[in-house]
Amino acid sequence: MELKYTPEQEAFRQEVRAWMKANVPKEPLQDFDTEEGFKQHRAWEAKLNEGGWGMVTWPRELGGRGCNLIEWLIFEEEYWGAGAPLRVNQNGIFLLGPTLMEYGTEEQKKRFLPRMASCADMWAQAWSEPGAGSDMAAIRTKAVRQGDHYVINGQKTWSTRARWADWAFGIFRTDPDSERHHGLSYILLPLNLPGITIRPIRQLNGLAGFAEIFFDDVKVPVENLLGTEGGGWNVAMATAGFERGLMLRSPARYQETARRLVQLYLANREEADRDPSIREAVLKAWMDAEAYTLSTYRTASKLVNGAKIGPESSTNKIFWSELDIQMHDTAMRILGPRAELLPEAPDAGDVGTWLDGFLFSQAGTIYAGSNEIQRNIIAERMLGMPR
Amino acid sequence: MDFTFSEDQIAFREAMHSFFAKELPLEAIRKNWETEAGHAPELQARIAEQGLFGLSVPEDFGGLGLSDVDWVQMTQELGYSALPDYVVDTAYVAVGLLNALPAGHALAAEWLPRIAEGGARVAVGHPSQKLVADADSADLLLLSHQGELHAVAGSAVKTVLNPSIDLSRRPCRVEWTPGAETRVLDAAAAAPLWEDALNRGALAAAGQIMGQILRMLDISVAYTSERKQFGKPIGSFQAVKHHLATVAVKAEFAKPVLERAAQAMASGDPARGVHVSHAKLACGDAGWLAARSGIQVHGGMGYTWEVDLQIFMKRAWVLDAAWGDRAFHKNRVAAHVLSANALLGAGKTFI
Repeated sequence: MELKYTPEQEAFRQEVRAWMKANVPKEPLQDFDTEEGFKQHRAWEAKLNEGGWGMVTWPRELGGRGCNLIEWLIFEEEYWGAGAPLRVNQNGIFLLGPTLMEYGTEEQKKRFLPRMASCADMWAQAWSEPGAGSDMAAIRTKAVRQGDHYVINGQKTWSTRARWADWAFGIFRTDPDSERHHGLSYILLPLNLPGITIRPIRQLNGLAGFAEIFFDDVKVPVENLLGTEGGGWNVAMATAGFERGLMLRSPARYQETARRLVQLYLANREEADRDPSIREAVLKAWMDAEAYTLSTYRTASKLVNGAKIGPESSTNKIFWSELDIQMHDTAMRILGPRAELLPEAPDAGDVGTWLDGFLFSQAGTIYAGSNEIQRNIIAERMLGMPR
Repeated sequence: MDFTFSEDQIAFREAMHSFFAKELPLEAIRKNWETEAGHAPELQARIAEQGLFGLSVPEDFGGLGLSDVDWVQMTQELGYSALPDYVVDTAYVAVGLLNALPAGHALAAEWLPRIAEGGARVAVGHPSQKLVADADSADLLLLSHQGELHAVAGSAVKTVLNPSIDLSRRPCRVEWTPGAETRVLDAAAAAPLWEDALNRGALAAAGQIMGQILRMLDISVAYTSERKQFGKPIGSFQAVKHHLATVAVKAEFAKPVLERAAQAMASGDPARGVHVSHAKLACGDAGWLAARSGIQVHGGMGYTWEVDLQIFMKRAWVLDAAWGDRAFHKNRVAAHVLSANALLGAGKTFI
């Protein structure tokens, strides 16, 4: 155990820091679920990629930088520490990207990954259906093979950023007679194909962050199949592991939220201390963000040393989603009656973006596999409890 | 940056795990409760044969010269096996204190080899603790008087045992007379030693609680896999599963905090006190949850003397309050986090 960065890692940190200092937009970008905000974020992703920071863990020939997981953590720390924008293409780079790396053909990797790193292609996830949320094996949307095409009919929902995305990745029933997790296939498709209708869904914050996708005889070439026909479940489970696990939620995000929470508390301490439990909640936020960081470094160290990822992805999902709620709940309590105010309200004072973060935190225990499902997975696969 | 244990460290832990499983079965723990001293003398000899008492005694004094990082592995095994306090107090906390004495100190030269051989028990009376664990069976007591460090022979003190709900605990009031001949260090010189003694005691308590959590989970998983209601094992019910999954998550995120605290101790990190307090709070918190959830999933059996859950939950409760209670450790964390120039946020964890 050596909890110190090597000189090379320190040098890498300085390199990231210098680039971020010179390039991170001075003014925060608008929300990427608005038209203008989306354009701004896409431009930022392109700029990031020009600097060589589009996706640092990917191989150089695929648009990455060949970093290992420790270097990735350092990159993330500098990224969040610099106040850089949220990654608008996160479904692509953090979920589909690693899945393509594992299951894609060489041709698919070359075709999709570099364009993903630069956000030339913006990706949406097309998994959930009205009757298949946490029970994803209940998927019914069909992709029937006809010659060199699949013909897709059905509906997907809760598809984050599908309104703006160019492509979607999803699982479809390619064997019409199959049941549950058999006979499903993982297919990549452009969202501008004839027969696709996208209906935005407004979220708690009023913006259309996700959407429904309707498929009416949509023809997708067979070469867009990822993995084997009928083997989509295993591929999807790998993506789900990435979604819950390391990549999607790097610890730096929570450390920065905890740091801002401490600042908010100190700035409003006199008011906040009227409720003695607030101080304790602030300390807990810092300790848990720190614990999440330590845990991620620990997992990353194991993986760098050749281990395979275990049930960490499910424990991570529960921990970061509950931590996010706890931190934002505390911020709301500190702000008291001001917490309801939108940032542009004349009397908003230092409410900042806490309300938006609070609303978003409410979804954390639901998406990426509800926390109830994660607890079942932990009980059965980690503790060995009976099914 | 490498947050993993070496193969040797993992192998040593596994060896001790098997050793305790064989030498200290659950029936033996209950049997030890009935003995005068609360624990069997032959067990101490067997543990000494394994080299555990000499784990951090320098090689020059007959030990293995290993570090706090090795201890963090070992304390979890001690907790998992519900070993009595004197083992860790002697082999880790007292050895740490004696190691920290000025170079060439006669007390270290006299006692470290005796501890390494397994022939001596040393009780530590830290300034923060009114009662001293296992003082009634100690060969040597390291005691505080107005912040000074004193060394007193077991035969020179009078002890009054306070019965505890945890029958392996032996908290004693110690009556003794401080004097020039017992004084080892004055208060100024002793202060940093006392501080690290508390850190080691707290770290070892946290590590033991983590071991107890793992044991409580194992016991609870085994029970709920066997016990049937409505024609099915109760462990197949989601409500039961979720209790234990929540404990597993809490434990999973307390472990790296515990391990980092040990590494901070081993490397003499100036912020080690904060890291130790964080570990104590994280493990203590998870320990309470594991005990409460363990009782819940055991149903009525969880409230009985018969099931072994009680052995581990009682130790988790008492160790949570030992070596600095919650208020103490929270205040140490608060002093760090809420100070004006605290380094918080992304990228500050290992600075």
